[in-house]
Amino acid sequence: MNRVVVTGLGVCAAPGKNAADFSASLRAGRSAIGPLTIISTDALNTKIGAQVSDFDPATYFAENKIGLYDRSTQFALVAAREAIAQSGLQFRDGLGAKSAAIIGCGVGGQATQDENYRRLYAEGAKRLHPFTIPKLMVNAPCSHITMEHGITGPSFVVASACSSANHAIGVAFQMVRAGMAEAAVTGGTESVFTFGTIKGWEALRVMAPDTCRPFSRDRKGMVLGEGAAILVLEPRERALARGAAILAEIIGFGSTSDAADIVLPGVDGAAGAMAACLEDARLAPGEVDYVNAHGTGTAANDATETKALHRVFGDHAKRLAVSSTKSMHGHTLGAAGAIELAATIVAMREEFIPPTANYTMPDPQCDLDYVPNETRSKSFDVAISNSFAFGGHNAVVAVRRA
Amino acid sequence: MADVASDVLEVIAKQAKVEPAAVARETELADLNLESLDTIELIFALEERFNIEIPFNANEAGTSGISFTTAGDVIDAVAQLVAEQKGEKA
Repeated sequence: MNRVVVTGLGVCAAPGKNAADFSASLRAGRSAIGPLTIISTDALNTKIGAQVSDFDPATYFAENKIGLYDRSTQFALVAAREAIAQSGLQFRDGLGAKSAAIIGCGVGGQATQDENYRRLYAEGAKRLHPFTIPKLMVNAPCSHITMEHGITGPSFVVASACSSANHAIGVAFQMVRAGMAEAAVTGGTESVFTFGTIKGWEALRVMAPDTCRPFSRDRKGMVLGEGAAILVLEPRERALARGAAILAEIIGFGSTSDAADIVLPGVDGAAGAMAACLEDARLAPGEVDYVNAHGTGTAANDATETKALHRVFGDHAKRLAVSSTKSMHGHTLGAAGAIELAATIVAMREEFIPPTANYTMPDPQCDLDYVPNETRSKSFDVAISNSFAFGGHNAVVAVRRA
Repeated sequence: MADVASDVLEVIAKQAKVEPAAVARETELADLNLESLDTIELIFALEERFNIEIPFNANEAGTSGISFTTAGDVIDAVAQLVAEQKGEKA
Protein backbone atom coordinates (compact mmCIF):
# COMPACT_ATOMS: atom_id res chain seq x y z
CA MET A 1 0.00 0.00 0.00
CA ASN A 2 1.35 3.43 -0.96
CA ARG A 3 1.37 6.36 1.36
CA VAL A 4 -0.46 9.13 -0.48
CA VAL A 5 0.62 12.76 -0.53
CA VAL A 6 -0.66 16.02 -1.97
CA THR A 7 1.84 17.72 -4.27
CA GLY A 8 -0.44 20.25 -5.92
CA LEU A 9 -3.29 22.42 -4.72
CA GLY A 10 -5.40 24.89 -6.67
CA VAL A 11 -8.37 26.96 -5.60
CA CYS A 12 -10.84 29.21 -7.36
CA ALA A 13 -13.44 30.30 -4.82
CA ALA A 14 -14.98 33.38 -3.26
CA PRO A 15 -12.12 34.10 -0.83
CA GLY A 16 -9.53 33.88 -3.60
CA LYS A 17 -8.99 32.78 -7.19
CA ASN A 18 -5.75 31.03 -6.27
CA ALA A 19 -4.51 29.12 -3.22
CA ALA A 20 -2.37 31.98 -1.86
CA ASP A 21 -5.19 34.56 -1.94
CA PHE A 22 -7.61 31.97 -0.56
CA SER A 23 -5.26 31.22 2.32
CA ALA A 24 -4.61 34.89 3.10
CA SER A 25 -8.33 35.60 3.19
CA LEU A 26 -9.04 32.69 5.55
CA ARG A 27 -6.12 33.67 7.73
CA ALA A 28 -7.54 37.18 7.99
CA GLY A 29 -10.83 35.59 9.08
CA ARG A 30 -12.61 37.46 6.30
CA SER A 31 -16.02 36.24 5.22
CA ALA A 32 -16.43 36.34 1.46
CA ILE A 33 -20.21 36.22 1.85
CA GLY A 34 -21.80 39.36 0.48
CA PRO A 35 -24.44 40.74 -1.87
CA LEU A 36 -25.04 38.55 -4.91
CA THR A 37 -24.31 40.59 -8.00
CA ILE A 38 -23.60 38.01 -10.71
CA ILE A 39 -27.34 37.41 -11.13
CA SER A 40 -30.38 39.60 -10.54
CA THR A 41 -31.90 39.03 -7.11
CA ASP A 42 -34.98 41.22 -7.73
CA ALA A 43 -37.35 38.25 -7.64
CA LEU A 44 -35.41 36.30 -5.00
CA ASN A 45 -35.60 36.40 -1.23
CA THR A 46 -31.94 35.36 -1.20
CA LYS A 47 -29.78 38.42 -1.70
CA ILE A 48 -26.46 37.07 -0.45
CA GLY A 49 -23.92 34.41 -1.34
CA ALA A 50 -20.21 33.70 -1.60
CA GLN A 51 -19.65 34.44 -5.27
CA VAL A 52 -16.39 34.38 -7.20
CA SER A 53 -16.25 38.08 -8.00
CA ASP A 54 -14.49 39.68 -10.96
CA PHE A 55 -14.12 36.33 -12.69
CA ASP A 56 -13.57 37.02 -16.37
CA PRO A 57 -13.32 33.79 -18.37
CA ALA A 58 -11.35 35.61 -21.07
CA THR A 59 -8.49 35.95 -18.57
CA TYR A 60 -8.14 32.17 -18.51
CA PHE A 61 -9.53 30.72 -21.73
CA ALA A 62 -9.34 31.19 -25.47
CA GLU A 63 -12.49 32.65 -26.96
CA ASN A 64 -13.30 29.52 -28.97
CA LYS A 65 -13.24 27.43 -25.76
CA ILE A 66 -15.35 29.65 -23.51
CA GLY A 67 -18.56 28.70 -25.31
CA LEU A 68 -18.05 25.07 -24.29
CA TYR A 69 -17.36 25.76 -20.63
CA ASP A 70 -20.08 26.19 -18.04
CA ARG A 71 -18.98 28.30 -15.05
CA SER A 72 -18.53 25.08 -13.02
CA THR A 73 -16.06 23.80 -15.64
CA GLN A 74 -14.25 27.12 -15.73
CA PHE A 75 -13.63 27.07 -11.97
CA ALA A 76 -12.44 23.46 -12.13
CA LEU A 77 -10.01 24.19 -14.98
CA VAL A 78 -8.55 27.24 -13.25
CA ALA A 79 -7.99 25.30 -10.02
CA ALA A 80 -6.62 22.26 -11.87
CA ARG A 81 -4.06 24.36 -13.75
CA GLU A 82 -2.76 25.79 -10.50
CA ALA A 83 -2.62 22.40 -8.79
CA ILE A 84 -0.95 20.58 -11.67
CA ALA A 85 1.57 23.39 -12.26
CA GLN A 86 2.49 23.31 -8.57
CA SER A 87 2.91 19.53 -8.63
CA GLY A 88 5.33 19.79 -11.54
CA LEU A 89 3.84 16.65 -13.09
CA GLN A 90 3.68 16.37 -16.88
CA PHE A 91 0.89 14.00 -17.81
CA ARG A 92 1.67 14.02 -21.52
CA ASP A 93 4.99 12.26 -20.95
CA GLY A 94 3.28 8.89 -20.53
CA LEU A 95 2.18 9.45 -16.96
CA GLY A 96 -1.29 10.45 -18.19
CA ALA A 97 -2.16 6.87 -19.13
CA LYS A 98 -1.48 5.75 -15.57
CA SER A 99 -3.26 8.69 -13.94
CA ALA A 100 -6.83 9.30 -12.84
CA ALA A 101 -9.10 12.33 -12.68
CA ILE A 102 -11.87 11.95 -10.10
CA ILE A 103 -13.91 15.10 -9.52
CA GLY A 104 -16.88 15.82 -7.28
CA CYS A 105 -19.79 17.86 -8.55
CA GLY A 106 -23.29 17.98 -7.13
CA VAL A 107 -25.40 19.10 -10.06
CA GLY A 108 -23.26 20.32 -12.93
CA GLY A 109 -23.94 23.08 -15.42
CA GLN A 110 -26.77 24.79 -13.65
CA ALA A 111 -26.31 28.16 -15.34
CA THR A 112 -26.33 26.48 -18.73
CA GLN A 113 -29.46 24.50 -17.96
CA ASP A 114 -31.30 27.43 -16.39
CA GLU A 115 -30.49 29.84 -19.20
CA ASN A 116 -31.43 27.42 -21.95
CA TYR A 117 -34.68 26.33 -20.36
CA ARG A 118 -35.58 30.00 -19.85
CA ARG A 119 -35.10 30.56 -23.57
CA LEU A 120 -37.36 27.61 -24.37
CA TYR A 121 -40.13 28.12 -21.86
CA ALA A 122 -40.15 31.88 -21.35
CA GLU A 123 -39.02 33.20 -24.69
CA GLY A 124 -40.51 30.48 -26.86
CA ALA A 125 -37.21 29.68 -28.56
CA LYS A 126 -37.54 26.95 -31.17
CA ARG A 127 -34.07 25.50 -30.74
CA LEU A 128 -31.16 25.39 -28.35
CA HIS A 129 -27.46 25.84 -28.93
CA PRO A 130 -25.76 22.53 -29.81
CA PHE A 131 -23.36 22.88 -26.86
CA THR A 132 -26.22 22.84 -24.35
CA ILE A 133 -25.84 19.18 -23.37
CA PRO A 134 -22.03 18.90 -23.46
CA LYS A 135 -21.89 22.07 -21.37
CA LEU A 136 -24.43 21.15 -18.72
CA MET A 137 -23.52 17.50 -18.15
CA VAL A 138 -22.22 16.91 -14.64
CA ASN A 139 -19.08 15.15 -15.86
CA ALA A 140 -17.99 18.02 -18.12
CA PRO A 141 -15.58 19.63 -15.61
CA CYS A 142 -13.73 16.33 -15.23
CA SER A 143 -13.65 15.71 -18.99
CA HIS A 144 -12.15 19.11 -19.69
CA ILE A 145 -9.44 18.55 -17.06
CA THR A 146 -8.45 15.30 -18.78
CA MET A 147 -8.42 16.99 -22.19
CA GLU A 148 -6.42 20.01 -21.10
CA HIS A 149 -3.78 17.93 -19.32
CA GLY A 150 -3.72 14.65 -21.26
CA ILE A 151 -4.96 12.35 -18.50
CA THR A 152 -6.06 9.15 -20.23
CA GLY A 153 -6.49 6.76 -17.29
CA PRO A 154 -9.76 6.39 -15.37
CA SER A 155 -11.84 9.55 -15.02
CA PHE A 156 -15.33 10.23 -13.74
CA VAL A 157 -17.42 12.54 -11.63
CA VAL A 158 -18.77 11.56 -8.25
CA ALA A 159 -22.16 13.04 -7.34
CA SER A 160 -23.29 12.77 -3.73
CA ALA A 161 -24.60 16.30 -3.21
CA CYS A 162 -22.63 18.07 -0.48
CA SER A 163 -20.29 15.09 -0.01
CA SER A 164 -19.35 14.82 -3.71
CA ALA A 165 -15.86 16.27 -3.38
CA ASN A 166 -14.97 14.29 -0.27
CA HIS A 167 -16.14 11.10 -1.96
CA ALA A 168 -14.10 11.99 -5.06
CA ILE A 169 -10.99 12.69 -2.98
CA GLY A 170 -11.60 9.47 -1.04
CA VAL A 171 -11.82 7.41 -4.21
CA ALA A 172 -8.73 9.06 -5.71
CA PHE A 173 -6.85 8.48 -2.45
CA GLN A 174 -7.80 4.80 -2.46
CA MET A 175 -6.75 4.41 -6.11
CA VAL A 176 -3.31 5.90 -5.48
CA ARG A 177 -2.90 4.01 -2.22
CA ALA A 178 -3.75 0.73 -3.91
CA GLY A 179 -1.44 1.38 -6.86
CA MET A 180 -4.28 1.64 -9.36
CA ALA A 181 -3.10 5.12 -10.36
CA GLU A 182 0.37 6.68 -10.43
CA ALA A 183 -1.18 10.07 -9.83
CA ALA A 184 -4.67 11.47 -9.43
CA VAL A 185 -6.18 14.86 -10.05
CA THR A 186 -9.11 15.21 -7.69
CA GLY A 187 -11.34 17.73 -5.92
CA GLY A 188 -14.68 19.32 -6.65
CA THR A 189 -16.47 22.14 -8.38
CA GLU A 190 -19.88 23.78 -8.27
CA SER A 191 -21.55 26.88 -9.63
CA VAL A 192 -24.95 27.27 -8.08
CA PHE A 193 -26.01 30.86 -8.65
CA THR A 194 -28.90 30.72 -11.07
CA PHE A 195 -32.42 32.00 -10.60
CA GLY A 196 -34.01 28.54 -10.81
CA THR A 197 -31.55 26.83 -8.49
CA ILE A 198 -31.79 29.49 -5.80
CA LYS A 199 -35.59 29.36 -5.98
CA GLY A 200 -35.29 25.65 -5.35
CA TRP A 201 -33.08 26.20 -2.31
CA GLU A 202 -35.42 28.87 -0.98
CA ALA A 203 -38.30 26.40 -1.15
CA LEU A 204 -36.51 24.20 1.37
CA ARG A 205 -36.68 27.03 3.94
CA VAL A 206 -33.12 26.58 5.10
CA MET A 207 -31.47 29.71 3.72
CA ALA A 208 -30.11 32.38 6.05
CA PRO A 209 -31.15 35.93 5.16
CA ASP A 210 -28.29 37.57 7.08
CA THR A 211 -25.11 35.51 6.83
CA CYS A 212 -23.77 32.06 7.69
CA ARG A 213 -23.19 31.68 11.47
CA PRO A 214 -22.23 28.05 12.06
CA PHE A 215 -22.66 26.77 15.63
CA SER A 216 -23.86 30.18 16.84
CA ARG A 217 -27.15 30.18 18.73
CA ASP A 218 -28.65 32.79 16.37
CA ARG A 219 -27.73 30.88 13.20
CA LYS A 220 -30.43 31.11 10.56
CA GLY A 221 -29.29 28.60 8.00
CA MET A 222 -26.95 28.18 5.11
CA VAL A 223 -25.50 30.58 2.58
CA LEU A 224 -24.55 29.20 -0.82
CA GLY A 225 -21.11 29.61 -2.33
CA GLU A 226 -19.44 28.68 -5.61
CA GLY A 227 -15.99 27.64 -6.70
CA ALA A 228 -13.60 24.74 -7.06
CA ALA A 229 -10.55 23.25 -5.43
CA ILE A 230 -8.31 20.65 -7.05
CA LEU A 231 -5.55 18.52 -5.55
CA VAL A 232 -2.85 16.39 -7.14
CA LEU A 233 -2.26 13.13 -5.27
CA GLU A 234 0.61 10.72 -5.79
CA PRO A 235 2.51 8.06 -3.86
CA ARG A 236 4.85 9.52 -1.26
CA GLU A 237 7.72 7.46 -2.65
CA ARG A 238 7.26 8.95 -6.09
CA ALA A 239 7.08 12.51 -4.74
CA LEU A 240 10.23 11.97 -2.67
CA ALA A 241 12.07 10.38 -5.59
CA ARG A 242 11.43 13.33 -7.85
CA GLY A 243 12.04 15.89 -5.12
CA ALA A 244 8.54 17.35 -5.24
CA ALA A 245 7.33 19.58 -2.44
CA ILE A 246 4.85 17.64 -0.31
CA LEU A 247 1.98 19.78 0.94
CA ALA A 248 0.28 17.18 3.17
CA GLU A 249 -0.32 13.46 3.47
CA ILE A 250 -3.81 12.01 3.06
CA ILE A 251 -4.01 9.30 5.69
CA GLY A 252 -7.59 8.09 5.76
CA PHE A 253 -11.09 8.13 4.37
CA GLY A 254 -14.38 6.97 5.83
CA SER A 255 -17.91 7.05 4.49
CA THR A 256 -21.34 5.89 5.57
CA SER A 257 -24.99 6.32 4.64
CA ASP A 258 -27.79 7.39 6.98
CA ALA A 259 -30.41 5.40 5.07
CA ALA A 260 -32.98 7.44 6.95
CA ASP A 261 -34.15 10.85 5.74
CA ILE A 262 -33.60 12.61 2.42
CA VAL A 263 -32.74 15.94 4.07
CA LEU A 264 -32.39 15.60 7.85
CA PRO A 265 -28.90 14.76 9.10
CA GLY A 266 -28.35 11.87 11.51
CA VAL A 267 -25.86 11.40 14.36
CA ASP A 268 -25.23 7.72 13.59
CA GLY A 269 -24.16 8.26 9.99
CA ALA A 270 -21.99 11.28 10.75
CA ALA A 271 -20.29 9.59 13.72
CA GLY A 272 -19.88 6.38 11.74
CA ALA A 273 -18.08 8.16 8.90
CA MET A 274 -15.69 9.92 11.30
CA ALA A 275 -15.00 6.67 13.17
CA ALA A 276 -14.40 4.81 9.89
CA CYS A 277 -12.01 7.53 8.77
CA LEU A 278 -10.03 7.35 12.03
CA GLU A 279 -9.84 3.58 11.72
CA ASP A 280 -8.71 3.79 8.10
CA ALA A 281 -6.03 6.30 9.12
CA ARG A 282 -5.10 4.19 12.17
CA LEU A 283 -5.62 7.26 14.31
CA ALA A 284 -6.64 7.32 17.95
CA PRO A 285 -9.23 10.06 18.59
CA GLY A 286 -6.75 11.89 20.81
CA GLU A 287 -4.34 12.35 17.89
CA VAL A 288 -6.68 14.67 15.99
CA ASP A 289 -6.04 18.39 16.48
CA TYR A 290 -8.41 20.14 14.10
CA VAL A 291 -11.79 19.36 12.55
CA ASN A 292 -12.94 21.28 9.50
CA ALA A 293 -16.62 20.79 10.23
CA HIS A 294 -19.45 20.35 7.78
CA GLY A 295 -20.95 23.24 9.81
CA THR A 296 -23.62 24.49 7.41
CA GLY A 297 -25.18 26.92 9.87
CA THR A 298 -28.54 25.16 9.88
CA ALA A 299 -30.21 24.43 13.19
CA ALA A 300 -30.20 20.71 12.44
CA ASN A 301 -26.68 20.13 11.08
CA ASP A 302 -24.68 21.98 13.68
CA ALA A 303 -26.36 20.34 16.67
CA THR A 304 -26.19 16.90 15.03
CA GLU A 305 -22.55 17.26 14.04
CA THR A 306 -21.66 18.37 17.57
CA LYS A 307 -23.34 15.27 19.01
CA ALA A 308 -21.48 13.09 16.54
CA LEU A 309 -18.15 14.70 17.48
CA HIS A 310 -18.86 14.02 21.16
CA ARG A 311 -19.66 10.40 20.38
CA VAL A 312 -16.52 9.77 18.34
CA PHE A 313 -14.01 11.82 20.31
CA GLY A 314 -15.34 11.42 23.87
CA ASP A 315 -13.35 13.49 26.36
CA HIS A 316 -11.05 14.68 23.60
CA ALA A 317 -13.94 16.46 21.82
CA LYS A 318 -13.56 19.49 24.10
CA ARG A 319 -9.86 19.72 23.22
CA LEU A 320 -10.45 19.73 19.45
CA ALA A 321 -10.39 22.95 17.49
CA VAL A 322 -13.52 22.73 15.32
CA SER A 323 -14.33 25.37 12.74
CA SER A 324 -16.63 25.81 9.80
CA THR A 325 -14.93 27.71 7.01
CA LYS A 326 -18.33 27.79 5.24
CA SER A 327 -18.76 30.97 7.27
CA MET A 328 -16.18 32.47 4.88
CA HIS A 329 -16.54 30.65 1.53
CA GLY A 330 -20.20 29.67 1.76
CA HIS A 331 -21.64 26.22 1.21
CA THR A 332 -20.20 25.20 -2.12
CA LEU A 333 -22.16 21.92 -2.25
CA GLY A 334 -20.39 19.52 -4.64
CA ALA A 335 -17.12 21.47 -4.20
CA ALA A 336 -17.38 21.77 -0.42
CA GLY A 337 -15.15 18.87 0.61
CA ALA A 338 -12.38 20.01 -1.76
CA ILE A 339 -12.47 23.68 -0.78
CA GLU A 340 -12.55 22.69 2.90
CA LEU A 341 -9.68 20.24 2.53
CA ALA A 342 -7.79 23.02 0.74
CA ALA A 343 -8.55 25.30 3.71
CA THR A 344 -7.31 22.62 6.08
CA ILE A 345 -4.08 22.03 4.14
CA VAL A 346 -3.15 25.70 3.71
CA ALA A 347 -3.87 26.26 7.42
CA MET A 348 -1.75 23.25 8.37
CA ARG A 349 1.14 24.47 6.24
CA GLU A 350 0.95 28.06 7.38
CA GLU A 351 0.31 27.13 11.01
CA PHE A 352 -3.02 28.75 11.75
CA ILE A 353 -6.48 27.54 12.65
CA PRO A 354 -9.11 29.18 10.47
CA PRO A 355 -11.97 30.61 12.51
CA THR A 356 -15.71 30.18 12.37
CA ALA A 357 -16.62 33.68 11.20
CA ASN A 358 -19.86 35.51 12.06
CA TYR A 359 -20.15 33.71 15.39
CA THR A 360 -22.05 35.76 17.96
CA MET A 361 -23.30 33.57 20.82
CA PRO A 362 -22.89 30.09 22.29
CA ASP A 363 -25.62 27.51 21.77
CA PRO A 364 -26.10 24.94 24.56
CA GLN A 365 -26.46 22.31 21.82
CA CYS A 366 -23.13 23.31 20.30
CA ASP A 367 -20.65 23.21 23.16
CA LEU A 368 -17.25 22.69 21.52
CA ASP A 369 -14.37 25.03 20.67
CA TYR A 370 -15.48 26.50 17.34
CA VAL A 371 -12.59 28.98 17.08
CA PRO A 372 -15.02 31.90 17.01
CA ASN A 373 -14.12 34.81 14.72
CA GLU A 374 -10.41 35.03 15.53
CA THR A 375 -7.79 33.07 13.63
CA ARG A 376 -5.43 31.22 15.94
CA SER A 377 -1.73 31.07 15.24
CA LYS A 378 -1.13 27.44 15.99
CA SER A 379 0.74 24.57 14.50
CA PHE A 380 -1.21 21.33 14.12
CA ASP A 381 -0.38 17.92 12.75
CA VAL A 382 -3.57 15.95 12.14
CA ALA A 383 -6.98 17.08 10.90
CA ILE A 384 -10.19 15.64 9.54
CA SER A 385 -12.61 17.33 7.15
CA ASN A 386 -16.31 16.42 7.32
CA SER A 387 -18.98 16.37 4.63
CA PHE A 388 -22.54 15.22 5.35
CA ALA A 389 -24.89 15.43 2.39
CA PHE A 390 -28.58 15.60 1.63
CA GLY A 391 -29.48 12.03 0.90
CA GLY A 392 -27.53 10.83 3.92
CA HIS A 393 -24.13 10.42 2.25
CA ASN A 394 -21.37 11.05 4.79
CA ALA A 395 -17.68 11.30 3.86
CA VAL A 396 -14.68 12.22 5.99
CA VAL A 397 -11.05 12.71 4.93
CA ALA A 398 -8.04 12.73 7.29
CA VAL A 399 -4.77 14.56 6.60
CA ARG A 400 -1.43 14.77 8.35
CA ARG A 401 1.29 17.37 8.16
CA ALA A 402 3.94 16.32 5.66
CA MET B 1 -62.03 34.31 7.97
CA ALA B 2 -64.34 31.30 8.19
CA ASP B 3 -63.39 30.38 4.62
CA VAL B 4 -59.69 30.69 5.39
CA ALA B 5 -60.10 28.45 8.44
CA SER B 6 -61.92 25.68 6.60
CA ASP B 7 -59.58 25.93 3.60
CA VAL B 8 -56.49 25.72 5.82
CA LEU B 9 -57.90 22.69 7.64
CA GLU B 10 -58.57 21.07 4.29
CA VAL B 11 -55.00 21.71 3.07
CA ILE B 12 -53.59 20.30 6.32
CA ALA B 13 -55.82 17.23 6.11
CA LYS B 14 -54.74 16.62 2.54
CA GLN B 15 -51.06 16.95 3.47
CA ALA B 16 -51.52 14.60 6.42
CA LYS B 17 -53.58 12.19 4.32
CA VAL B 18 -56.45 12.14 6.80
CA GLU B 19 -60.17 12.99 6.52
CA PRO B 20 -60.86 16.75 6.87
CA ALA B 21 -63.07 15.97 9.86
CA ALA B 22 -60.03 14.62 11.67
CA VAL B 23 -58.39 18.07 11.80
CA ALA B 24 -59.60 20.87 14.11
CA ARG B 25 -58.06 24.12 15.40
CA GLU B 26 -56.60 22.42 18.44
CA THR B 27 -55.10 19.50 16.49
CA GLU B 28 -51.32 19.38 16.92
CA LEU B 29 -49.37 19.01 13.69
CA ALA B 30 -47.00 16.56 15.37
CA ASP B 31 -49.97 14.29 16.08
CA LEU B 32 -50.65 14.19 12.35
CA ASN B 33 -47.07 12.93 11.83
CA LEU B 34 -46.24 16.12 9.96
CA GLU B 35 -42.52 16.52 10.38
CA SER B 36 -39.54 17.98 8.57
CA LEU B 37 -40.24 17.94 4.84
CA ASP B 38 -44.00 17.47 5.37
CA THR B 39 -44.18 20.80 7.15
CA ILE B 40 -42.17 22.48 4.38
CA GLU B 41 -44.51 20.95 1.79
CA LEU B 42 -47.56 22.06 3.78
CA ILE B 43 -46.29 25.65 3.78
CA PHE B 44 -45.76 25.45 0.03
CA ALA B 45 -49.32 24.13 -0.42
CA LEU B 46 -50.72 26.99 1.68
CA GLU B 47 -48.73 29.58 -0.28
CA GLU B 48 -50.08 28.15 -3.53
CA ARG B 49 -53.65 27.94 -2.27
CA PHE B 50 -53.82 31.49 -0.84
CA ASN B 51 -51.28 33.20 -3.11
CA ILE B 52 -49.27 34.41 -0.14
CA GLU B 53 -45.65 34.31 1.00
CA ILE B 54 -45.15 32.64 4.37
CA PRO B 55 -41.83 33.79 5.85
CA PHE B 56 -41.00 30.44 7.42
CA ASN B 57 -37.38 29.51 8.04
CA ALA B 58 -36.91 25.96 9.33
CA ASN B 59 -33.88 27.12 11.31
CA GLU B 60 -35.92 29.58 13.34
CA ALA B 61 -38.97 27.42 14.04
CA GLY B 62 -39.38 27.33 17.78
CA THR B 63 -37.13 30.36 18.33
CA SER B 64 -37.72 33.80 16.84
CA GLY B 65 -39.60 32.94 13.68
CA ILE B 66 -43.01 31.63 12.69
CA SER B 67 -43.74 28.36 14.42
CA PHE B 68 -46.68 26.07 13.91
CA THR B 69 -47.75 23.80 16.74
CA THR B 70 -51.48 23.47 16.17
CA ALA B 71 -53.72 23.79 13.13
CA GLY B 72 -55.10 26.92 14.78
CA ASP B 73 -51.61 28.51 14.66
CA VAL B 74 -51.57 27.89 10.93
CA ILE B 75 -55.07 29.34 10.43
CA ASP B 76 -54.18 32.50 12.35
CA ALA B 77 -50.90 33.01 10.50
CA VAL B 78 -52.49 32.43 7.10
CA ALA B 79 -55.44 34.73 7.87
CA GLN B 80 -53.06 37.47 8.92
CA LEU B 81 -50.83 37.03 5.87
CA VAL B 82 -53.85 37.00 3.53
CA ALA B 83 -55.05 40.28 5.06
CA GLU B 84 -51.57 41.84 4.94
CA GLN B 85 -50.66 40.71 1.46
CA LYS B 86 -54.04 41.35 -0.21
CA GLY B 87 -53.27 45.07 -0.44
CA GLU B 88 -49.87 44.44 -2.00
CA LYS B 89 -51.20 42.11 -4.68
CA ALA B 90 -54.28 44.19 -5.68
